[in-house]
Amino acid sequence: MSRPSAAMTAEPGIAILASQLTATRRGKDLAASLWMWGALLVAIVPLGAIVLYLIQLGAGVISLEFVTSSIPISPREKGPGMGPAVAGTLLLTGLASALAIPLGVLAAVYLNEYGKRGRLATVVRFLADVMTGVPSIVMGLFIYSVWVLHFGLSGFAGALALACLMLPIVIRSTEEMLRLVPDELRQASLALGNTTWRTVVTVVLPAALPGIVSGAMLAVARAAGETAPVLFCVGIVSDVNWNAFSGSNTTLSAQIFANAQSPFVGAQDRAWGAAFTLVVLVFLLTVGARFVSARFTRKRGGL
Amino acid sequence: MEAGFRGLTVLAGLVVLAILGLIAWSTTSQAWDAFASQGLGFFTSSDWNPNQGRFGALAFIYGTVVISVIALVFAVPVSLGIALFVSEAAPPRVQTAIGYVIDLLAAIPSVVYGLWGVLVLAPVIGKSFFTAGVILGVMITPIVTSISREVLRTVPRAQREAALALGATRWETIRAAVLPWAKGGLVGAVMLGLGRAMGETIAAALVIGSSPQITLAIFGSGDSAAAVIVNQFGEAAGTHRSALIGLGVVLFLLTIGVNGAARAVVHRSEQAAGAV
Repeated sequence: MSRPSAAMTAEPGIAILASQLTATRRGKDLAASLWMWGALLVAIVPLGAIVLYLIQLGAGVISLEFVTSSIPISPREKGPGMGPAVAGTLLLTGLASALAIPLGVLAAVYLNEYGKRGRLATVVRFLADVMTGVPSIVMGLFIYSVWVLHFGLSGFAGALALACLMLPIVIRSTEEMLRLVPDELRQASLALGNTTWRTVVTVVLPAALPGIVSGAMLAVARAAGETAPVLFCVGIVSDVNWNAFSGSNTTLSAQIFANAQSPFVGAQDRAWGAAFTLVVLVFLLTVGARFVSARFTRKRGGL
Repeated sequence: MEAGFRGLTVLAGLVVLAILGLIAWSTTSQAWDAFASQGLGFFTSSDWNPNQGRFGALAFIYGTVVISVIALVFAVPVSLGIALFVSEAAPPRVQTAIGYVIDLLAAIPSVVYGLWGVLVLAPVIGKSFFTAGVILGVMITPIVTSISREVLRTVPRAQREAALALGATRWETIRAAVLPWAKGGLVGAVMLGLGRAMGETIAAALVIGSSPQITLAIFGSGDSAAAVIVNQFGEAAGTHRSALIGLGVVLFLLTIGVNGAARAVVHRSEQAAGAV
């Protein structure tokens, strides 16, 4: 009748006491267990449903043709293509990464190697944290105000907005990684007569590289799925546009948003296919980041 | 060379300040037309009529608050339950597996949640405040769970063992040893989730129903600040566009406030933990 809880069976001495627990205490413990198991179930239902729908409706649509051929002009038309959206997603996130990653790494070097606990560094660190919380739609309106109003819609404008979203993520993850580099490495380099900047470039950054790459990949994954800034800054077209500096462009996320609102089955199918493609891309980046950082920590542990 | 490199890194750090400053300045100046013509009515009126130049944003702000609250009501008990399960009850191998899955789910773009919401959920339960809140709740659950798990991981083992040694049940251990230690961090995790929900645009825009009204009928259609921006921006010009950017300013201030407070709470609890 008095079944000891899992934590108790681990401690044989205490298991005896379990039989003396009052009904209230046992009841509360049981309620807590039910809550935890229930939470797991409640979360699994919708999240599992989303993944299943994605696989069922998305994977059926997907093919090599789907990710390369052009988008049909009429939403009524059935069948593939999301090629321009795949191209646009790669172009925009590539450009955004080229802007945000070097800048973010430099800022992290400042925070961890120069600024440390100083006042400016503390302010920058706090604001970078706050900046991760700025909604993507606000970033979109920001780039719209300072760039699009003057230079028009373009892939580059979208890349600017995505770069603003990536920047704080890159800064914070890179700083975490730089902090893991043992001080002995820096001291050894400085003792050999290297200046701080040479130490950073030749010792600290290479030592932290896998961790930095992993953080950057997660930031890219976040940017690749953003929709709102793309709608304001890039517009939407159904042709490939490799020129990032003039004319509208399109991304998988923007196409999902547009096609999800269409009453036609053909367009909805393409939305599911685009969503599947996007999620696969994001998962590859996330799993890749895990893989890289797992190898990194194993190497660190061996030091 | 040394000074040059140092200067370069300082500049990169200052970019963060510059961007945040520029966001505040550029969006406010674009929104000024609407703020000036509507006055306080922008925040106190719910009469939004672009054709007659009336822009009262109260209904949208109300909608943002309502769907965020619904999202939290769903997400907080579930997220905390899973985080506690993972850190206090699950065997190590299950912990790693669930952690992996949560990180993957947290990476799914919000537009995909929106797609599922509009094509699968909305046909069944309609488009409403409630639908939007549920979708946002599902969306922020992995994020809140993931941060809460990190927070619970900082609770020292000795803390739990002390409680168990006194004969505490698992729940009593959680109540007396784990939660007090992790309280600040968990509050921070929930507030970060709230910030996410308030700013979320696409998922809400697809399922909220797009009719601005202040009502307690959460199963009726409504609208939120972020959703109306994305739904109307394309055809907006002049004061209308200015008013939509003004809604962006409101969102910016709301999320900055919530996130700043969340970070401060987390930071203070980290320092308290470090001091022990």
